[in-house]
Amino acid sequence: MVAPPARGSWLILLSFMLALMLTEIPMPEVFEWGRPQWAALVLIYWVAALPHRVGPWYGWVVGLLLDILQGSLLGIHAISLALIAAIIQALHQRFRMYPLWQQALLVLVMVGLYQQLLNWGQSLQGARSDSLLFLLPSLVSAFIWPWVFVLLRSIRRALSVS
Amino acid sequence: MTLIVVLSLGLMLTDLFWSPMAYYRGYLSLAVTPLRWLMDLPPRVLTSIDQSLSERDELQVENDNLRADLLLMARKLQRLDSMDNENGRLRKLLGVSKQLDQRVLLAELIGVSADPFSHQIVINKGFGDQVYLGQPVLDEGGVMGQVVEVGPYTSRVLLITDAQHAIPVQVNRSGFRSLLLGRGSDQELLLDHVPDTADIKVGDRLLSSGLGARFPKGYPVAEVVEVIHDPGQPFATVRCQPTAQLDTSRYLLLIFAQSATPVLAPETPQASPKVSTLNPPEEES
Repeated sequence: MVAPPARGSWLILLSFMLALMLTEIPMPEVFEWGRPQWAALVLIYWVAALPHRVGPWYGWVVGLLLDILQGSLLGIHAISLALIAAIIQALHQRFRMYPLWQQALLVLVMVGLYQQLLNWGQSLQGARSDSLLFLLPSLVSAFIWPWVFVLLRSIRRALSVS
Repeated sequence: MTLIVVLSLGLMLTDLFWSPMAYYRGYLSLAVTPLRWLMDLPPRVLTSIDQSLSERDELQVENDNLRADLLLMARKLQRLDSMDNENGRLRKLLGVSKQLDQRVLLAELIGVSADPFSHQIVINKGFGDQVYLGQPVLDEGGVMGQVVEVGPYTSRVLLITDAQHAIPVQVNRSGFRSLLLGRGSDQELLLDHVPDTADIKVGDRLLSSGLGARFPKGYPVAEVVEVIHDPGQPFATVRCQPTAQLDTSRYLLLIFAQSATPVLAPETPQASPKVSTLNPPEEES
């Protein structure tokens, strides 16, 4: 009944660090509108794969770092990512059974929810968006989800992190 | 999950309504400083490789160009020196305290806000270099913005194009004063409440007016690109373009403006505490 020691925490942390860096790396203005939400994608993967290790608190801490990094309203990324993590944690068994395209659809909804929460946070600070273009990253995120999923899964299996 | 929600909402409320939070956010930025440094590493390495591999004659040409620029600047400076003296003498005649030359600090851009809705940049100077909240930031073209968050090694600058930013300006030609508002768009600023009869034309240069005691007087901010007089609107629409290279400058200047006392300081001592409240620590919006 003794749980095996958790291994590969460094891999989880490294992937989150890379996601944070990818989120913040400067890009031309055109691409900024469609930048995938790397942190949300990586979080969804880890919660679905290891729900007993990665949960809302992981999302909260990563979100807080994102808030500090982007200078947004403190706590808005944190609460949004924690919410995504909680939902995926509740759905993880169904999520694992879905084919990739169906997973991508759920990712679309999750990241869309995330963008909407962020937009509300921004409008609290006075920077309201006047078009629905702010939802573009959720489409892009859903589109690249299969690649992110396969990549992270193969790395996780190769290093047998569970 | 309840704890998370309570914690997040608490953080959001403190951030929104408790103005000293702007100081503490500076300390929080320490947590991501290593990450920033890592992100800035590839361009830094590439630049240094590029420099060490560039051809000798290329460097020679660049050197010549810089020399020519320096000569031009030196000539301008000579004229400026004499004008500065003259200005000082005239000010003395008027009995006005002399405006001191401002101290500047060169800073380097290390990060750009990834969020298309917020126009902010991160620079590599913090309170270790005496950077302070509300400090004006310039590049060679004009005013870029002001410091809104100071950490130990980095600070965050709000650009004049951000939707939260406003800067008091004056038309160089006619002296007309107004507020220049950011619109959240890269190349567009809007002059606030311009009457249809105001003396303003396309091509006018807008300088910082020094009102509000945050930006020093007389630095170029923007140029008028379009004036629309619509009879159906109470005010004219005046579109402007920032003169600073907001999206390409890598080196910027931090200006240490002298204390917030106005140039025409009132002599009565009871008026001075009022002056100091003109400059609260919260950001100008």
